[in-house]
Formats: sequence, C-alpha cells, structure tokens
Amino acid sequence: MKPGRSAEPTIVRPYGDATGDGMVQLSFTLPIPHDKRAEGAAVQLAHKMGIDPALVVHAKSIGPDFTFFVVYGRANHLVDLSKVEVVERDYPLLTPKEVNQAVKSSLHRRLVVVGGCIGTDAHTVGIDAILNIKGFAGEKGLEYYRELKVVNLGAQVAVPQLVAHAKEERADAVLVSQVVTTRDAHVLNTKEMSAAFREAYPERQRPLLVIGGPRFVENQTADLGVDRIFGRGTTPGEVASYLVHALVTGPDRADGVRR
Amino acid sequence: MTTRYRPRIELDAATVRRARSLARKAGRPIVKLARDHSTVSVERATLRLAGLAGADPDGTPWVNRLVDAVRGDIGLEHGVALPVWDALLRGEAEDLLTLAQKASAGSVRFHLPEGRAAGKATTASRRQVMAGIKAVDTRRRERERLVKRLGDPPRKPWVYLIVATGDIYEDIPQAQAAAREGADIIAVIRSTGQSLLDYVPEGATREGFAGTYATQENFRLMRAALDETSREVGRYVRLTNYASGLCMPEIAALAGLERLDMMLNDSMYGILFRDINPIRTFVDQRLSRQIHARAGIIINTGEDNYLTTADAVDAAHTVTVSQLLNEYFAKEAGLEDWQLGLGHAFEINPELPDSFRLELAHALLARQLFPKAPLKWMSPTRHMTGDVFRGYLLDAFFNLAGAMTEQDILLVGMMTEAVVTPWISDRDLALQNVRYVVGAAGNLAEDFHPAPDGFIAQRARQVLDEAIDLLETILDHDNGLLDAIADGTFGLMRRPADAGKGLDGVARKAAGYYNPASEILEQPR
Repeated sequence: MKPGRSAEPTIVRPYGDATGDGMVQLSFTLPIPHDKRAEGAAVQLAHKMGIDPALVVHAKSIGPDFTFFVVYGRANHLVDLSKVEVVERDYPLLTPKEVNQAVKSSLHRRLVVVGGCIGTDAHTVGIDAILNIKGFAGEKGLEYYRELKVVNLGAQVAVPQLVAHAKEERADAVLVSQVVTTRDAHVLNTKEMSAAFREAYPERQRPLLVIGGPRFVENQTADLGVDRIFGRGTTPGEVASYLVHALVTGPDRADGVRR
Repeated sequence: MTTRYRPRIELDAATVRRARSLARKAGRPIVKLARDHSTVSVERATLRLAGLAGADPDGTPWVNRLVDAVRGDIGLEHGVALPVWDALLRGEAEDLLTLAQKASAGSVRFHLPEGRAAGKATTASRRQVMAGIKAVDTRRRERERLVKRLGDPPRKPWVYLIVATGDIYEDIPQAQAAAREGADIIAVIRSTGQSLLDYVPEGATREGFAGTYATQENFRLMRAALDETSREVGRYVRLTNYASGLCMPEIAALAGLERLDMMLNDSMYGILFRDINPIRTFVDQRLSRQIHARAGIIINTGEDNYLTTADAVDAAHTVTVSQLLNEYFAKEAGLEDWQLGLGHAFEINPELPDSFRLELAHALLARQLFPKAPLKWMSPTRHMTGDVFRGYLLDAFFNLAGAMTEQDILLVGMMTEAVVTPWISDRDLALQNVRYVVGAAGNLAEDFHPAPDGFIAQRARQVLDEAIDLLETILDHDNGLLDAIADGTFGLMRRPADAGKGLDGVARKAAGYYNPASEILEQPR
C-alpha cells in the first residue's frame, strides 16, 4: 500500500527497505564476556524487545567483562498513530536570535531577569546552568542573550532580599532554583517566596515567578503560587522561550509586560 | 614531551614576534595587579601547603575557618601567615588544626606581630610551608620515576578521556577501564557549580551533578587507582582535574600534593564564562600557576570555550589571542614550554564549504606558533546534533586533523556528545576511531605541506593578523586588558573589574604583607 495524501495509515511499522518489513537496528552492551552464550543472550534480549528474527551482526568484547552488540531484526510491534499521545509544549521554542528579536521589537528595552537560590540552599548548579553564559546541555545561558539583562544573586538569598532586588532591578521575571529537598524545604521555600511577592506587588504588576529544580512536579504551579515550574533537564533555551512567550508575545500579554 | 616540529606554513617571524610582544604588553599590568593583591583562596592555599586539612562537622574546611577568623580580627591585607604563626608561637594552640578549631570557637584573637615577634612568625611560617612545598617536590620526583620506569605513551597524540559519574567509586573502575582500553590521560570532570563554591569540599564524594567534586581525598583515590593500572598496562596513565573557579590555588596545591599530572587552568575562563571577578581570577591564577610550575604539572587552557559561544571561524583569532596571553601569564609564573597545554578546538560548522581546510589552517597556526607546547586539541561539541552516526564521522575528521597537524593531546570525541554522558560502548567506539585514524594516517604530517600561498597558509596568516588587531584593540584601552574585559571586547560578556563573584575575597596587600608560599615560589629554583 502506498500511503497517499488522502488515506494516511493509522497503523505503521518500521521501514528498512520495503513497506511493512518492520526492520530496526539497535546496539547495546551486556555485562558479560564475549562468547557464544553472550551472542545468544543478545538474541534473547532482542526477542524480548519484540524483534524476531534478530540477527546479531556484530559482537565485540569491551575489556574482559563486557560485550557490545549490534543487532538487526524485524520488530513485531505495530504503531497505532491514532493512539500517539504527546504533551505539547505550550510555547514555541526560539533560538537566541529569535528571543532577542522578539524582546527588542516588542518590548523596546531589555527584559530583566533576576535569579538566585533561596533559603539555605547553596546549590547554584541549577540557576547557574540556566543563567551563566556557560549554560547547560550545549545551550548558552541567559547571560548570552543580548536583550536579556540577567542579575544572578547566587546562593542563599533571603526572600526579602530577593524581593528587594526584583524591585530595584524592575525585574520582569524572577527565576528561583531549589535543589535541596530535605524535609520539603524546596516546597516551603517556594511558597514563602511566592507569598512575599504577592504581598509586595499589586497582582498585575508582580514579576513572572519561575521556579526550577529536580524534584518539583511541573503541574503544581497553583499550589506553589508560581507561574511556571521547570524540572530536571530543562535547558536555558526553553526558559528563554517561555519568558518571551509569557512576557512578550504570548496571548496573555496583549497589555504589555507586568510592571 | 619534546617536540621536533618543522614548520609547514610560512609565518613572518617579525609578525609572530610582534604578536608575542603585544601579549606581553597586555599581560604585564595584570601581573603587577596580581602581585599587589591577595585573596582568601591564596591565603587558604598557603595554609593547605602548611598542612592544614580537614573540615568542621558542617563540612566547612578548617582553612576557611582560620582565614575567616584572622580576617575578622585584622583583615586580609597583611596575609594570614604572620598572625597565624604568631598565635602559634604565643602558645595559643599546639598546631594549626587546634588553632583553627579554637579560632572558629572564638577563643583566639589574632594580632599582627611586630619586631622580633614578626621575624619569628616569618621564619616559623616559612619553615612549615616549605615542608608542604617539599612534599610537592617529592611527588614530582615520584612522577618522574614512574614515567621513567613505566614509560610515556608509545605515540602521539596522547589520548585524553573524560570520566564523569559524580561518584568517585564509580569513576575509578571507569577510569581504569578507559586506561586499559587505551586512554593515556584520564580527566575527572567536576560537578557543575563547583567553580563557584568558595571552599573545597572534603573527603570522598559520591554525589555530584554531571561530574565529581574535586577534593583531596578524591584526588588521592583516583591517583592510587591509576598507579595500579599504570603498572598493569605498562605506561604511566596521567590524571587531570580542574584548577579553576574560586578555589583555583587551593586546588592547585592539592593537585601538587596528590600528584595530579595535568590541570585545567585558564587565565580568563572564570571571568568570562563564570562571572568571577577579574582581579580575583588573575591573583588566584598566578599562585596556582606557580604551584603547577613547581609540581611539574601540565596546564590545559580553555580556548575551546571561545568557540562554543561564538562562531568558530569569526572567533578563530580570539583563540590565538587567548593562547598568547595564557603563554605569557604561564611563563611569567614559571611554567616551561613543555607544561603549556594550550587549547583549541574543532568547532567549525561542518555545513560550511572548506570547513576541514579551515580547521587545518587554525590547527596548524597553533602548532606553529607554539612548537614546543603540548597542544590540547578538543573534539567537536557544538555541532554534535544527537545524530550519533554523523557525530562519529565528524569525530573521525577531528582525529585526522589532529594527526595531520601533530597535536599532542587529543581530547577524544564521543558520538553521544549532547545526548548522554558517555557509555562504556561510546568510549570503546571512540577509541577505535582514534586508533584507526591515527594508525592509518601514520606519519602523514611529514607529507602534509600546504601550498605556500594556498588557502590554508593564507587563512592561518589572516587569523594571526586578526589576533594582532585584537591585541592592539585591547591595548588601546586606558586600562588595557582589564578595560577590554570590562567592555566586552572578547565578544561575550562585560566583566568589569569591580564586579563579579568572589570580589569580596580580594584585598590589596598592605606594606608588611607576607606570604611564605609566594616568597618560596617566586624564587627561581
């Protein structure tokens, strides 16, 4: 069957060199020495992964205790496109250039970001990964963006101090990172922080509150009183794109930025 | 590591001399600045050389406790040596550790001794710090003995591999496996964020973020494990860590004491990429390089970073400028040519026509400007997309450029760069890649003579000219390099001398400042 424009199939399988052949390749390492049994073990794993027939096309020892395999075979699973579920990011991912352009053309000034670790948390890993020019996962931090003014307050910033800096810098967004989670410190600190901002600012003028850390649950924004939560593995580009979406171009921002 | 380099392209000798003299001119005021200041980390490094180790129950090192106590009483500008050894001589405590404990409990007051008391404190502190430096000397001789007995890697380039699990006990078997698979140098990546800690963590650590904390105990454990593997594989496997960030000189001291062999130590990386105060960085850097010089450690500079933030073609000359500055600062601090692992990287966009020729031109320029330095050639990161097959091909071209241009240290590229921290199979495949390319290329460098006025030679000369222009721009500033760093001349960030992390740990030296470590290390041996 040739997939035409009108009848897109809902069931597909991998394509090697013929429609429906289901061919896949994979490579992996098993923690056993290379011998006949090891190759059999690789075939067994492939079978259990739904690959049958499975052909071990390459096996090579890595030191005395490991063996590396390349396997080709036919995957017997079907993919049902009608059941594919993806969580869509609700903002477009922008390049640094696009972020700068969006800020420059819509805001006509630099977007101010104040960040830090609050409470006793001295782990600036997260905030530095996002803010420092060095960045994270191959992406440069927000400092790299010409149209973002970044004020990184570093570790152990007291909440009142954070609020004061946000006011002084006329922050558009406040980024807070929490790594230490002993006795739910990250949750308590965050709630304290959001409450303080709510108290210090009229609602429409409060800066955007963004929190990040490995143990936060991303849909708990309402509980914590913040605008956005970022979890493990978030990159600077995602944060920058979100800031632009929330503060500059997004649907809620027709009235300009919070101030 | 001696190099017998024969030039492949023609560079005008006068132009090369001019580049060096401009770098010297830009660097000289920075050296004066470094001589005129001290930092908390310089003082703590001095105490570490004097043998003060360990931490209080909260994990704050005793060197931090003691320096903070002295600073609280009389400030930092006189150095801690005189007040500390004066207190010991007055009988406040029988040794440094007890003194640090008492001081952090608030039961000791520090004074600046005068007259005879000052003389005695000078002598006593010098004697004790000298013992630490002698220990560093012993470790250096130990390395020389081991290299003699076990031998250096049988070929160039030396193969440099990274280990980064976060857990020193997981790092050790991985490092040993990598050495058995052919790595000549093991680098243990530090935990993200350690550079901004104003103390060196203590003890063996099992939890890090994308890397393992640099601690004295971790250094010791890894070196011991690699000594074992070195004997097994019959060549001396070198160990690398990072003397960078806010504790640069302390980590340098620990590296010297634990016989690390190479240390990442760039003159401006912390300023530009970590927003560490420029003065803090230059002061810390000078003592750390003096320690490395004494310890026989090869430094690795961080020029690759310029190319990961800016376009590798447009910014090629910033690498050359940084290499020239690093060379000047390193030599001024006593490092010799064989210790200058100047860096550069294969980061040109592979989609660009002639990208490989451009890479060869840049690599040859570095090779030829620094013929005796063990250049560190760093693999692509920026254009590694997650397509591991394409990445493997790119790494092969990187290896080929390294072989053709006679690089000394090859930082092995991983096809899973930007995907995962390297798996055991990634490392194995990467090493196969290196072995094949280096073996197949053989002594290709011998036959590689770019046309005298061809693309490669012209490009190399163009980059050198641009480097000279940039050095001139730097010198056009009222305050030279410091102002250039402040106004963003390096195309990255504005880093003014009166801002940045760690500034509060800097003090201008008072007239009677004394530091036995500096005094000993300033003297030519």
